Amino acid sequence: MLKILSMKKNEDAAAKRKPKTSAAQIRVQKDLTELDLPPTMKTHFSDPADLLNFTLTITPDEGMYRGGAFVFSFTINNNYPHEPPKVKCTQTIYHPNVDLEGNVCLNILREDWKPVLNLNSVMVGLQYLFLEPNAEDPLNKEAAEELRKNREVFIQNVKSSMRGVHIKGVQYAKVIVQ
Amino acid sequence: MAINSLHVNGSATSSDWQDRYFHIDQILDQPGPRTDPSFLAGDEVKEFLRDKCKILVIGAGGLGCEILANLALTGFKDIHVIDMDTIDISNLNRQFLFRQADVGKPKAIVAAEYVMKRVPGVKVTPYFGKIQDKGDDYYMEFNLVICGLDSVEARRWINATLVNLVDPDTPESLKPLIDGGTEGFKGQARVILPTVSSCYECSLDMLNKPTTFPICTIANTPRLPEHCIEWASVLEWPRVHGDKKLDTDDPDHINWLYTVASARAKVFKIEGMTWSLTQGVVKNVIPAIASTNAIIAGTFIHWDSSCCNEAFKIATSSAAYLNNYFMLIGTEGVYSYTFEHEKREHCPVCGGEALELSISREWTVEQLIEMLTEKQTIQIKKPSLSTSTRQIYFQAPPQLQKATLPNLKKKVSELVEAGGEVIVTASTLPFNLSLIITYT
Repeated sequence: MLKILSMKKNEDAAAKRKPKTSAAQIRVQKDLTELDLPPTMKTHFSDPADLLNFTLTITPDEGMYRGGAFVFSFTINNNYPHEPPKVKCTQTIYHPNVDLEGNVCLNILREDWKPVLNLNSVMVGLQYLFLEPNAEDPLNKEAAEELRKNREVFIQNVKSSMRGVHIKGVQYAKVIVQ
Repeated sequence: MAINSLHVNGSATSSDWQDRYFHIDQILDQPGPRTDPSFLAGDEVKEFLRDKCKILVIGAGGLGCEILANLALTGFKDIHVIDMDTIDISNLNRQFLFRQADVGKPKAIVAAEYVMKRVPGVKVTPYFGKIQDKGDDYYMEFNLVICGLDSVEARRWINATLVNLVDPDTPESLKPLIDGGTEGFKGQARVILPTVSSCYECSLDMLNKPTTFPICTIANTPRLPEHCIEWASVLEWPRVHGDKKLDTDDPDHINWLYTVASARAKVFKIEGMTWSLTQGVVKNVIPAIASTNAIIAGTFIHWDSSCCNEAFKIATSSAAYLNNYFMLIGTEGVYSYTFEHEKREHCPVCGGEALELSISREWTVEQLIEMLTEKQTIQIKKPSLSTSTRQIYFQAPPQLQKATLPNLKKKVSELVEAGGEVIVTASTLPFNLSLIITYT
């Protein structure tokens, strides 16, 4: 058998015992402890020992979604950052890029995810959706169409949906915070 | 075993047919121009290869079948194989250790039985289950590990496990990892000497990202049958079935997806929807070609690289081994290229630094953090600390900072056992620093 370790003799043999913590776990620790979030975003860990499952609450302080509190669930698996975190909106909201099941259309959560991106970039990306809802990438088609055709009506719908009313047969969640 | 008692200096046993080792002994009986200086020609090396070397094969699929056959025929006699899958009818075209009657049975077990039946004298020990079921003790038993896997996650796991196993004081703890992979006419084989050469995690950024489609395309403007299948699996399945998980190995689940996707394809006038495409998309099946597997697994032993050739060379030191990355591109003609993939300095698995730190049992976490920020050679700004089982102190987010704040006043020795490891992350560190804590 090849004597491999003897080839290492020139290296500093003392060091280099490696962590038992998985690379995904360390990376999540790094991402979380370096989060630099504006006051409009807050994370919540229902089990603080579990770093891989948590929620993010976005409370936009400008734009048409101002006054609402939007809660997203984050689920990170052990293949992070090779795979992106799974993010879902936990409420039924009226938004062109979020469907009624809570799926989110954000490019960096799927086709444009890269391991150099981190949780901070995903969170900032989510907040951006509330500042600039995008009619070009619709998941809630009716909302997107309204936004494209009649911005005033769309804004009206956003306001009333946030109070938790029915719009075209859909009961939206009350997300207004006082 | 009765066979062993007939052994004479690792030469042929009663179960080895006449002239079985004629060709291989040409290589082992005398050194060649490229043999390692440590090569011991003759009986000693044969004895090691045939009696002592214990080798682990991970995966008994397309590559695994080839690897197992090659190893057994090269003269390895103590082979172990792990696979968590069962045999599917679609495997039979290339996974030649399986027959139609084996469909549904565990791959590892059927492969082991077949090899033992076909090559007398070899012992193949199967394990039907996940690699994660086994611990360090299990992996420590082997001299070599060969992988024929189809998942990035499993590769990352075994790579990290083998890197962690290395203890500079025990040379046997270093287990060479030979990793093969194929996709259509393309393939690769590499040798990873954990902590010595570049590891799997070092090259993670070389991977192609998996094919995904923008979710809005899937939802609104499907143009390909794949878009309809993704729609059915990503959006419709959770909507209709709630928390019930999609099992891509369950034909009923694939049937459901196929029906739903076909209906959608019809609405959007998309052609080309088939059951096997549905299965292919949701299981992320990559085309497998028997001959690519054969090359990578090492049937063409004169190729400079191939998994079993490498196993043989590393086990016997009879020739220089692959350094360290071989790729085969057979899509247009045959092109191959070998290069040395370099270690990544800040690799989260094999890179970074480990510092041994000896502190007083009375030290508090706060004192430790202060030391990390002030010590000239370390100088970390705002470090966050954890062990593999608990958080010690996190600088952010606010909730976790608050939750770990009381730990600052606690003694490090209450939270970390002697010899225990603390993971330190900070924005000023490229990745992380690990501290091995001992107490004075």
